[in-house]
Amino acid sequence: MSDKIKAMFEDFVAGRVGRRELLRDAARFGIGASAAGMLLNAAQTRALAADYDWKAHQGKALKVLLNKHPYADAMIADIESFKNLTGMSVTWDIFPEDVYFDKVTAALSSHSTEYDAFMTGAYQTWQYGPAGWLVDLDEYLKNPAKLAPNYDWDGILAGLRSSTAWSGKPGDALGGPGAKQWCLPWGFEVNNVSYNQRIFDKVGVHMPKNLPDMLEVAAKITKDAGGPYGIGVRGSRSWATIHPGFLSGYTNYGGKDFEVRGGKLKAAMNSPQSKEFTKLWVEMIQKSGPKNWATYTWYQVGTDLGAGASGMIYDADILGYFMDGGDNKERGHLAYGAFAANPNETAPTANVWIWSLAMSNFSKNKDAAWDFIQWATGTDHLLFGARKMDMVNPVRTKIWEDPEFKEKISKYPGYLEQYTATAPKARIYFTPQPLFFNLTTDWAAALQQMVAKQVPVDEGLDKLAASIDRQLKSAGLG
Amino acid sequence: MSESAEIALHQRAGVAASRGARLLPYALSLPALLVCIGILIPFGTAAWYSLQRYNLAMPFTRGFIGWSGYLDVLSDPDFWNTVEVSAIYTLATVVLELLLGLGIALLLRERTRLNNIVSIALLLPLMTAPAIAALMWKLMTNPGFGVLSWIVGAFGLTNFKWASDPNTAMLTVVLVDIWVYTPFMMILLLAGLRSLPTQPFEAARLDGVPGRFVFFRITLPMLMPYIVTATLFRLLDSIQQFDIIYAMTQGGPGDSLMVFQVRAYLEFFQYTNVGRSAVLMMILWAITYALSNVFVKQWLKLRERSHGAQ
Repeated sequence: MSDKIKAMFEDFVAGRVGRRELLRDAARFGIGASAAGMLLNAAQTRALAADYDWKAHQGKALKVLLNKHPYADAMIADIESFKNLTGMSVTWDIFPEDVYFDKVTAALSSHSTEYDAFMTGAYQTWQYGPAGWLVDLDEYLKNPAKLAPNYDWDGILAGLRSSTAWSGKPGDALGGPGAKQWCLPWGFEVNNVSYNQRIFDKVGVHMPKNLPDMLEVAAKITKDAGGPYGIGVRGSRSWATIHPGFLSGYTNYGGKDFEVRGGKLKAAMNSPQSKEFTKLWVEMIQKSGPKNWATYTWYQVGTDLGAGASGMIYDADILGYFMDGGDNKERGHLAYGAFAANPNETAPTANVWIWSLAMSNFSKNKDAAWDFIQWATGTDHLLFGARKMDMVNPVRTKIWEDPEFKEKISKYPGYLEQYTATAPKARIYFTPQPLFFNLTTDWAAALQQMVAKQVPVDEGLDKLAASIDRQLKSAGLG
Repeated sequence: MSESAEIALHQRAGVAASRGARLLPYALSLPALLVCIGILIPFGTAAWYSLQRYNLAMPFTRGFIGWSGYLDVLSDPDFWNTVEVSAIYTLATVVLELLLGLGIALLLRERTRLNNIVSIALLLPLMTAPAIAALMWKLMTNPGFGVLSWIVGAFGLTNFKWASDPNTAMLTVVLVDIWVYTPFMMILLLAGLRSLPTQPFEAARLDGVPGRFVFFRITLPMLMPYIVTATLFRLLDSIQQFDIIYAMTQGGPGDSLMVFQVRAYLEFFQYTNVGRSAVLMMILWAITYALSNVFVKQWLKLRERSHGAQ
């Protein structure tokens, strides 16, 4: 009987039988849910191991550097699968996001061999890659001897694959000619509106259609909701203030960060489109944002939504998703919508943040680290993360089509719809260049000054553009 | 053993003993020398980096640029904003902590059981890591649920934004600094006060000298070496402030709290601009060196005067 059961799960993994048939047959054999999960996991491990020598680095020890995040939680929950598959051991250090990238920079800049692989965002690779700290993963992706046959690189969303590859030449398009694959996408987020349906119903407002409408809806919530403020967006003096809702809306208004002319960059933050958008954005925060907006990071924006302290947020869709679970007071009251800020545009232009995995160039176990990375970004682990844990948004198209995941995500009103509406134009809208963090932090600082009315928007943006042009020139980029 | 051999042996022992005596001072100072070298290696490295164009993200641009990095920083308006912000922060924290610390020390001067308990309780903030203190204050000043926001709200300041407003951000971080470090001033000055000779005060009491005269003409001058020492410590610490400001606002809103250490930290860890970060640190070193020189000279003068008085 055990052979029959094994064969049954192997048929499912190979796609020869469907989920419904598997459940029916499992029930016939009297297999409970947890036993079925275990058997499925074992079948997947055998299937993976069938066509690729996963045991090639058996006995080796890897160490990875992780940010405290649901993706990391999912990886840790499934790490036994990797250990069983490869015979390697894995340890990790986890740091909160506030200090995580400083730790990564310290480890890499000191050429430390401690970590073999680490979590990163695509923007960070614009610093780490040209500095020579990362391995170009094309070395593995384009080598059939080192790539598991069922890895399915093309199964990762095309926009994400290109967004994590760059030539290193400032201004060159992501994924363009000569681009190096600095990291592999692991999970990602698009920026849209997550809102509190209970508060919206109480006040009698609807999901905003565009930015001018968002100003009105947010103002009405602040005025009539009896405590909650209208709109949560990030505001700390950090690059992280610029990349979510702000840049998504800014792009929708036709704003660009830089003009690329003859291989040189020129700041474009003071274009008419930029000024038009920024004026509305600043006014929105002044009238309906959190009082201490200038200290708001991902955490504050999210927890306010989950606690019912804000009516809506314009930030990562997954932030709203995470706030719709656990012990959050507003669990079950949240809804999601795609958002095109510009009244003249119908489709959103969401800037994306991609949590990815990269390999340290100073690792002593590069081939073993590659096996870890391809396992962690492979279909089986990501399917586990999407089904059993909070690994949204999945980077693989196949997982978006998985019935179990679809069923799970359908419980979040409008989530799948906002994703579907946003996906076609979702990508990184920043111009890749190595001064990304200086210049976007300056941008955030300028926004803070405008919101605090220290400087009018027009003047603030002109000053910002002039300052950025000076820095670009000084670095030989402008 | 012949007599001549015995003499030779004694001579050799004598030479060895005198050589040992000559080397002893060097051997004793060897640990200090090693520590000094240990300190100078990173210092020398930073000085060397400050003379280079060195951004980790652009390794191809690395090269020796001499004083250009310094000139570049000194001609940047943002740098002068940093100088101004650092000066205001240092002056405000040191002066207020000195006045408060002195006031509390005077109140606790008598060795009573209550004073002993109070002086220990007052030391508690000093035992809190400044970054943790900053996070506590961040919660207490939260406009939604912070206890301090509630208190100022009760006085009509319902829209007080604390560290989120450029107009009140400096006040907020200065308050946190005062909360953490006033006990440091207090404990040094209290130790000074309690070690002062009692005779001048007894004589003044017998002569019926007014309290204000005693404070300004006897207590303060005698306490001055302690005041200078405590001020020097706090001054050097304040001008190098990082943790409170970074934990609360990362130098914002805008550039309103962009002190030296925060700017240097951001330049290195977030912008990977090693050269510029090193320039800022070297300038900060020069400032602290000059300030400590002035204070140490002042302290030596005061010590000489007090020794002369004895």
